[in-house]
Amino acid sequence: MQINTPFFKQRASEALHDENLQKALGNLKAGFPEKRAIAVSRMPEFEDLRDQARDLKNHIIEHLDLYLEQFESKVTENGGHVHWARTSDDANKIILDICKQVNAKTVTKGKSMVSEETGLNDYLEKNGIQPVETDLGEYILQLREDHPSHIIAPAIHLNLEDVSEAFHKNHNRPKSDDPAVLMQEAREVLREKFVAADVGITGANFCVAETGSTIIITNEGNGDLTQTLPKTHIVITSIEKVVPTLEDMTLFQRLLARSATGQEFTVYNTLSSGPRREGDQDGPENFHVVLVDNGRSEMVGSEFQDMLRCIRCSACMNHCPVYGAVGGHSYGWVYPGPMGSVLTPKMIGIEKGGMLPNASTFCGKCESVCPVRIPLPKLMRHWRQDEFSKHLQPKAARYGLAGWAFLAKRPALYKTYTRMANWFMKHWAGKKGRIEKMPLAGGWTDWRDMPAPQGKTFMQAWKEQQKNGGSH
Amino acid sequence: MPNSPSQTTSARVGLFVTCLADMFRPSVAFATVKLLEQAGCNVEVPEQQTCCGQPAFNSGDNDTSRDIARQTIDAFDGYEYVVGPSGSCIGMLHYYPELFEESDPYHVRALELKSRSFEITSFLFDVIGMEALQEQLNKLQFNQKVTYHDSCSGLRQLGVKQQPRELLSQVQGVELEEMEEAETCCGFGGTFCVKYPEISNRMVSNKTENISNSGATTLLGGDLGCLLNMAGKLKREGKTIEARHVVEILADMTDIPAIGEADYDLAKAL
Repeated sequence: MQINTPFFKQRASEALHDENLQKALGNLKAGFPEKRAIAVSRMPEFEDLRDQARDLKNHIIEHLDLYLEQFESKVTENGGHVHWARTSDDANKIILDICKQVNAKTVTKGKSMVSEETGLNDYLEKNGIQPVETDLGEYILQLREDHPSHIIAPAIHLNLEDVSEAFHKNHNRPKSDDPAVLMQEAREVLREKFVAADVGITGANFCVAETGSTIIITNEGNGDLTQTLPKTHIVITSIEKVVPTLEDMTLFQRLLARSATGQEFTVYNTLSSGPRREGDQDGPENFHVVLVDNGRSEMVGSEFQDMLRCIRCSACMNHCPVYGAVGGHSYGWVYPGPMGSVLTPKMIGIEKGGMLPNASTFCGKCESVCPVRIPLPKLMRHWRQDEFSKHLQPKAARYGLAGWAFLAKRPALYKTYTRMANWFMKHWAGKKGRIEKMPLAGGWTDWRDMPAPQGKTFMQAWKEQQKNGGSH
Repeated sequence: MPNSPSQTTSARVGLFVTCLADMFRPSVAFATVKLLEQAGCNVEVPEQQTCCGQPAFNSGDNDTSRDIARQTIDAFDGYEYVVGPSGSCIGMLHYYPELFEESDPYHVRALELKSRSFEITSFLFDVIGMEALQEQLNKLQFNQKVTYHDSCSGLRQLGVKQQPRELLSQVQGVELEEMEEAETCCGFGGTFCVKYPEISNRMVSNKTENISNSGATTLLGGDLGCLLNMAGKLKREGKTIEARHVVEILADMTDIPAIGEADYDLAKAL
């Protein structure tokens, strides 16, 4: 996927002026956060579960090698294959090879953000294999040659009219703007694809070490058809998704559904434990799991280790006022919102991704709703430290900061400077009590007035008052 | 564990002025002093303080943050409490321990500063206690419909939510009308508002819409950064809602023009 992250500011500006997008984002704001709040209020032990989940994830990350090896040996025991992919390219090649081995022409796909990360669709298409997205949102995006703007509601940026248009153009049927009709249409078109597919590719929400199982947690059931009907099922997922036991998995299931959509339980929770066994009614003949690293193992032991706890619930972006204002595409790559602002610089480099960890007020809302208590603002701050030490921030910001720091470390000089600035601003404002325009303050005054100072600094006024006998 | 009033009476309190109160609205710092003195504290203003260091900390400049942290720790050495009219700045003081290795003597001193530094409404309500304040607060009159913006650091880092509301509930005439999304960021975010002005503008516009819809005539808050941002936007939009720091109500200093209102000369007022 093309990296547009360096253009965050321009894209955000366009997004703010895009009426359709703003309408769609308005729906998001009213949807997920409210449903989550209700679900959480019905579960008194929710906060305790968050602690447990944080601790368990920390334990897993500390013993990642152990659990991954256990998972691999169980998958193998069950008759499946595990493939290790250090990079996105490695993952794509492995999947293409498997597809070639079974002479695949078409593959169906369940929703997978890791496959977005590796750019799998483009890669398969370039190599003569047609992937068909079967998650409704992803399917709509594929028709529009678009990309997800949200990790669980990929087409959240679109409105009904967009969908109606895309279906009309691609399905050769009369145009409809009835959601039920459109849904039925997608169902009919996709049914044929499910049956025809040679390979089904899904992601995995978790990989269970004790049983060698992967699980997909969805609301549409498309993933089930994707992985059950074709002869070959390939799971593409990342190394931090492993959990020790089935019971451990249930802890995350409880948190995930509530944090993501506010459901008590997601509709489909489907485990895959290897290929079809003798006597099984259905299931694939071949079962492959591709475990993608793509920079994650480097995060173990680094200041970004906490990010590996992420279970991709999307609560951080659903509650983020910046995401809510500009939408997911502004972030310019696969992962948007606060979790994306931490992950993206890791995956595309801080030189290209530096805009994102800066585009936060550090309001802390994301951390307050994260089911595994990732300190997202702190991790964004780590990126800013990295940028600062590499002199990557814009010159004006660096010099401004250095000038301010020089003063702030010299209290006497600082007092003189603030007295002068105070006097200047007071006189610039005149009688109005506020400033509507001021040199070098356009970032502020282009959008709002600047309340004027009261004429003296506190330190100045306090000193004078103390001299005059201290009455106040 | 909150201390009893008898323990805090005549406590020596160092006022952390905060750079925004120092620069833009000294009356907020004077109101804080007044409230602390009414609560029986001996208030001093250490000369060696400047800013909490948050601009450096949030820009990734940890060396400067550490220098300023040391300066602040030294300046407030020996005070029983450190109190300031901002959840954000006091919140920054609470980050100081992260800046020092555990072997650094400043690490322990930073932890110790953290344990005795409070945002003003939290200090009044959690440390001094309502019993000692009630009589004074009950004498006050402020006949306005007010709405309260919960500033992010105060709310999520320090747990300031009920304290200002409880204190305000003791003032005669105050009618609290909660706005929608009172806990959502106003878009100030320190340098964020000038680095990403368009996004910040959208956030503060959402905020002023919620403020207007609440029907309140006065906006209150506990952080001048947010208040300057919201007051500036309300003014630009031509709205008549006034913005004040909550301590101005609690210290009976509402004769001073609200934030961004017509000329006020502190020099003459003193």
